[in-house]
Amino acid sequence: MSDGAVSVILGKKEKFERAPDRRSEDFHERLFELEAEGELVVQRITGDFVEVPTKYGVIKKIQKANLWHHKSCGQCGHIPGYSTSIFWLMRKLGYDYIDPEDQTSCTAWNYYASATSNQAAQAAVAVRNFAAAYETGNFPLIHCGTSYGHYKEVRAELLHDGALRQQVTKVLHRLGKQLVLPEEIIHYSEWLYAVRDEISARAVRDVSGIAVTVHPACHYYKLVEGDAIFDPDVYHGQRTAAVSGLVLALGADLRSYSTFFDCCGFGFRHILVQRDFTRSFATLRKIEVMKEEADPDVVLTHDTGCVTALDKSQFAAQAHERNVGVPVMSEAQFAALAMGAHPFKVAQLHWHSTNYRPLLEKMGIDWEAAWAEFQEDAKRLKSGGQEFLTWADVDA
Amino acid sequence: MPATTLDPYMKRDHVAGHMDVEREEKERLIGQVMADSRFGDYLYGCYECGICVAACPSARFYDFSPRRIAQAAARRDIDLMFQQMQEDIWECSQCFSCLRCPRGNNPGGVITIMREVAVKEGLHSAKDALAGYSRIIYKIMSTGTQVSPDMLQPDAFPDWGPEVKDVSENLDLWRRMLPPETMHTTTTGWKVADRTLVELYVIWLETGALDMIAQVDQGIHMILEEIMEEKLEEEGIEI
Ligand code: SF4
Ligand code: SF4
Repeated sequence: MSDGAVSVILGKKEKFERAPDRRSEDFHERLFELEAEGELVVQRITGDFVEVPTKYGVIKKIQKANLWHHKSCGQCGHIPGYSTSIFWLMRKLGYDYIDPEDQTSCTAWNYYASATSNQAAQAAVAVRNFAAAYETGNFPLIHCGTSYGHYKEVRAELLHDGALRQQVTKVLHRLGKQLVLPEEIIHYSEWLYAVRDEISARAVRDVSGIAVTVHPACHYYKLVEGDAIFDPDVYHGQRTAAVSGLVLALGADLRSYSTFFDCCGFGFRHILVQRDFTRSFATLRKIEVMKEEADPDVVLTHDTGCVTALDKSQFAAQAHERNVGVPVMSEAQFAALAMGAHPFKVAQLHWHSTNYRPLLEKMGIDWEAAWAEFQEDAKRLKSGGQEFLTWADVDA
Repeated sequence: MPATTLDPYMKRDHVAGHMDVEREEKERLIGQVMADSRFGDYLYGCYECGICVAACPSARFYDFSPRRIAQAAARRDIDLMFQQMQEDIWECSQCFSCLRCPRGNNPGGVITIMREVAVKEGLHSAKDALAGYSRIIYKIMSTGTQVSPDMLQPDAFPDWGPEVKDVSENLDLWRRMLPPETMHTTTTGWKVADRTLVELYVIWLETGALDMIAQVDQGIHMILEEIMEEKLEEEGIEI
């Protein structure tokens, strides 16, 4: 083949079709069928929504406002700037939401790590949370990649396994709840993708000089892959566009690397009890490869486990003189920073381990002044002048 | 100690780290794995192509292979599956990268089921694998959230850098400096209503998940029962 022919092929956006029997199912038909038979209640998308493309071409609807935030245990537990940034973005863009107290973890971390649960218990936890959202009239928005992937597994099981459906319905009745499944299961980064142009239009910081690598969460696009976002305009539709689509919309310098599809090394049990595995995988297969091939200023991902594994693993690796030292955060934190969020009061970067200060400087953020402001607020709280920092303080 | 089998795939007992048991017992255990309603969706045979191994993080660091898991299950090799259930399954990262299998297999999913049976049956290997993990199990079952800020202690995470110390020293203050009102907590990821906790407990009870805890950690099971019975009473739920 001549060079010219190759460049014609490479320049073209090709469309690859998978044979119908190789595509994962479009679950909607079965969902509405079961609703018609009175077996479950479907919570529908309401108000404004955006249609987004998924892996095999089925269109997915993303509701824009009135979202019920299904928080993530790890985000809220030790990377609180993650959820705070999502809330902040929603407030700034003017979308109402509910931050509920009747939500539990999806319990999938425990399940995948310890197996001290079972299919019915996992399904019941999922639909109890869905029912709680439904009761408020707000649509669930799932913050965690694992919750998102696991809930999609649960949905497939509930749609196809009548005995499981019955068992779970019985448990829910004991709680005075009905079996509710939402019309779509939506991850927060899909919402960010849907509103990426609104975010970019509101950006106040120039991020065009920031080199970004993306690590997509395994449980986002490997579990029930069919309705993860794939966009022909992002990596020719060959990689998920979650996270990367937003980075492109913000105009940052998105860089590729060869271990994009590898997991972060979190391992569920490993992060707690066999951390040598997590550290090795996160640094050798991800961070070092990114450094070598793409030299990023920041790694962006969209799941707590990934931020944890990639960020925290770099400290010990320094002792072995490994080529590490790249800050890691969620794309929600990065987007919030681009839209002018406070690096500590909103993005809460002081909970992270790898040095993020050079990145902030490159983004034109005076982190020393910002830290001094944070300390001022801390003083006020310490002296008892105020109990909690509020959104009003953050926006002041 | 003689080898359990002449099959080159099998490890000797002393290498596998767990003693062999009667064939009948293996059949009983593996029978439960195969009876799981998900099993038929997770396994369609195996081409032995190794694509799953190339994608698998655990295969890089352990003597572990998702291909061997799929093969053993596909040829119904009860002996090998039993041995894997004693050891290999706990090395899996549950990342599901192996789902890119061209045959449509889900070796990670087969492992999830094998783990569940290992726990339900109280296998020693499961207890060993979960030693050090019980505080998470306790946390989720008693509070509804799995990761709490107060877990961030420098002695638990000495390899996470000096920031862990800063966080633990300032924990209460820094949590109060989070604008979302549900997140001022230190012992749970966010504030969970009592009623919700009780509902979670009812789920554990009704689905048999609580019995699984009793198998791996009797102590936790007893404490949970005690705390939750009281809450059930307060919320007026009868079991
Ligand atoms: S789920 Fe387990 S077996 Fe599959 S790729 Fe991940 S670590 Fe390997
Ligand atoms: S990818 Fe699938 S077919 Fe290939 S070795 Fe693994 S389980 Fe077998």
